[in-house]
Amino acid sequence: MQPMGKTITLRRGYDIKLKGAAEKTISSVPVSDVIAVKPSDFHNVVPKMLLEPGDEVLAGQALFYDKNRPALRFPSPVSGEVAEIVRGEKRRIMEVRILPDKSGIRYVDYPKGDPEGYSRETIIERLLESGCWNYIRQRPYTLIANPEDVPKSIFVSCFDSAPLAPDLGFIAESERENFLAGLDALKVLSHGHLHLGLRTSPAAGLSASDFPNIPVENLHHFKGPHPSGNVGIQIHHISPLQKGEVVWYVHPQDVLIIGRLFLEGRYRADRMIALTGSCVENPQYLRMISGQSLSTVFSWGIQAEHCRVIQGNVLTGKTTHKDDFLSFYENQITAIPEGDQPEFLGWLLPGFNKLSLSRTYFSWLFPKRNYDLDTNMHGEERAFVMTGQYDKVLPMDILPVFLLKAILANDIERMEGLGIYEISEEDFALCEFVCTSKIPVQKIVAKGLQMAREET
Amino acid sequence: MKFIRNIVDSVKPQFVKGGKLEKFHPAFEALETFLFTPEQTNKEGVHVRDAMDLKRTMMTVIIALIPTVFFGMWNVGHQHYLAFGMEASFMDTFLFGAMKVLPIIVVSYAVGLGVEFIFAIVYGHPISEGYLVTGLLIPLTLPVTVPLWMVGLGAIFCTLLGKEIFGGTGMNFMNPALLARAFLFFAFPAYLSGDIWNDLSPEVGHALVDAYSGATSLVTFDTNISHLPAARDMFLGFRQGSIGETSVLACLIGAFILVATGVGSWRIMVAVFAGAWLMGMLFNFLAPADMPTHSMHTPAHYHWLMGGFAFGAVYMATDPVSAAHTETGKWVYGLLIGAGVVGLRVFNPAYPEGVMLSILLMNVFAPLIDHVVIELHIKKRLRRA
Repeated sequence: MQPMGKTITLRRGYDIKLKGAAEKTISSVPVSDVIAVKPSDFHNVVPKMLLEPGDEVLAGQALFYDKNRPALRFPSPVSGEVAEIVRGEKRRIMEVRILPDKSGIRYVDYPKGDPEGYSRETIIERLLESGCWNYIRQRPYTLIANPEDVPKSIFVSCFDSAPLAPDLGFIAESERENFLAGLDALKVLSHGHLHLGLRTSPAAGLSASDFPNIPVENLHHFKGPHPSGNVGIQIHHISPLQKGEVVWYVHPQDVLIIGRLFLEGRYRADRMIALTGSCVENPQYLRMISGQSLSTVFSWGIQAEHCRVIQGNVLTGKTTHKDDFLSFYENQITAIPEGDQPEFLGWLLPGFNKLSLSRTYFSWLFPKRNYDLDTNMHGEERAFVMTGQYDKVLPMDILPVFLLKAILANDIERMEGLGIYEISEEDFALCEFVCTSKIPVQKIVAKGLQMAREET
Repeated sequence: MKFIRNIVDSVKPQFVKGGKLEKFHPAFEALETFLFTPEQTNKEGVHVRDAMDLKRTMMTVIIALIPTVFFGMWNVGHQHYLAFGMEASFMDTFLFGAMKVLPIIVVSYAVGLGVEFIFAIVYGHPISEGYLVTGLLIPLTLPVTVPLWMVGLGAIFCTLLGKEIFGGTGMNFMNPALLARAFLFFAFPAYLSGDIWNDLSPEVGHALVDAYSGATSLVTFDTNISHLPAARDMFLGFRQGSIGETSVLACLIGAFILVATGVGSWRIMVAVFAGAWLMGMLFNFLAPADMPTHSMHTPAHYHWLMGGFAFGAVYMATDPVSAAHTETGKWVYGLLIGAGVVGLRVFNPAYPEGVMLSILLMNVFAPLIDHVVIELHIKKRLRRA
């Protein structure tokens, strides 16, 4: 049967086709000798330590809390001994390192039970206590949600449309029961206003029939290229945010972890990570614990010579290295070649192998090809010259260039008028990708969001 | 390539900070990035980027201009031999024109880029690619008989007052090439209007033919529309006019390249053509019935073929920096340019070529058009929800 409800077709956007999509095989990565929790994974959180080096810790026990919102607690994903607090400039806490138990993980015990039977207050309390609350984030501003707020609704985008993104259906199917239990908890939290974004074409793992507990009018079907999978784009089309309103959103993989908390009675923080990109020998899914040392992943067939390894996708991810640790919200690791080679008269050549949305290179003759893109900037930063480029890849009723200019001019009122509350860096990532003038779009958006946040 | 790279690398230390020729770094950088796409990688934000940059964009526009350049060269020779009633082979015709046109192009580039380099060195900013196109547009909008010093003066005016005083490419609000032409037009009217369209350098043993007239289609149109050249000749470009403007066909080939590659805005081109046609139709409707040769009777589509209309619509109005920036604004902007061209042509006999003035006027109004579009957009966003 065709999906019920209206399909939302997004024409604007673009799918960057890259080599190195993950095969649907799962390998388990053994817990590394050291794991770390990084406060920098959380926007706007000022960590205050609860434990000291040398202390014993259980999986699910809080390591630190947020100075501004003490209810937010940040748990250890493993049991073991707090080994070291790594500090950066101005003694800022960069990493809390833990030596995991060799004999297996010991968990803090929580009561088991079906979340549908709990009250909203009980669920909030349980989530806060276990640290699973941190998986619930809010728009505007992409912060951890405020437990005192009552959101307009909660959104879960059930597909990721970014380049080489993991198949979220595949991930959710791996622990179906937990995933559905997590959704049940969110349903209670949202007073029934839980909205799911599904993809109709190409069909991904999850479809309407997978969600017997969700009313049909809350299942939204999307069709179209990236960024149709971005939750911000879906919110814009389902129920656009106005000034003063708050919505929450949760990633499906995190929904599943929330589900574990209720069905298994513990904070079990292992995740499935898609290891992707043309510098990976066997692109596949890896199951590993949050905070895992990446050195173990690097030995999993990433060609480290002259490659850039990214936590996340090529549009929004952060450059990482062997001594780094898996970030809290991460679902993907991508490795692509560094492009630090000059090219003779590169702007003059036909460019059969150069990807461009424009047809200024002859690569448009091969629309089906997958590309092995490197990190070269293909030019230098310039003033805005071309117009209408951003509009083609932003499926929102927003004038992107004028919003960016309002941010650059520090004009808060205009930013509000042009829709700053509806956007996030990731929604503008493709604008940055296509920009002829190589303008750092996401950085400008981040600056605008910070300004708006500080103002209100 | 390795060889050239080695040379570049060997002189590079002189130009970087602390080197002997540090001051000339922008000039060196411009040449280096011209030879080699820079090795710069993405540091923050996206890790991969679209391969198109401003150099490639400008290169595409230059390719789109090539049909008008070549046809312009041939037509200069063709008009010349026509005036003397001489038969000449295709190659001779083309070479005659090329000899006349190339110096104008060379002067335009040399002087304009010179000014850009000086500014870049003095102010230490990178050299932008904008002039690659502007430097070719200026000659194409001038008559072949223009003195070279005047081309140089135009190029200086264009870079200084058209761009650099606003902060360089991307910051200007008027099309620099058109501004240069307007400057020359008003400063030296004798060289840019009247009987100046044809190169009449004497041919030994030949005299001008009796029927020779130096009038462009626009002058004819103003005096007696029934004497206009055949539409087919005007479309193909066998007529007098500025070097690049005569062939509508060549401009349409360029338009195809610009639209197909995604570099030029099809919205603006379509809107300009539509605006002119609608205005032409309106004038036909209002034209005095007792004056059958009045210019208001000109068939609407003739406005597409006369003067520099196609050239302006394809290459000038579409300049992304000086045009309207919103997609809706582009329609309004284009329609007004088209309508303005026809209005100026019909009602202002002093300046039969309304294209230049109409585009410059709309360049000035483009920010206002955008402002209205944005305000409406903000109002609409507030009503939503």
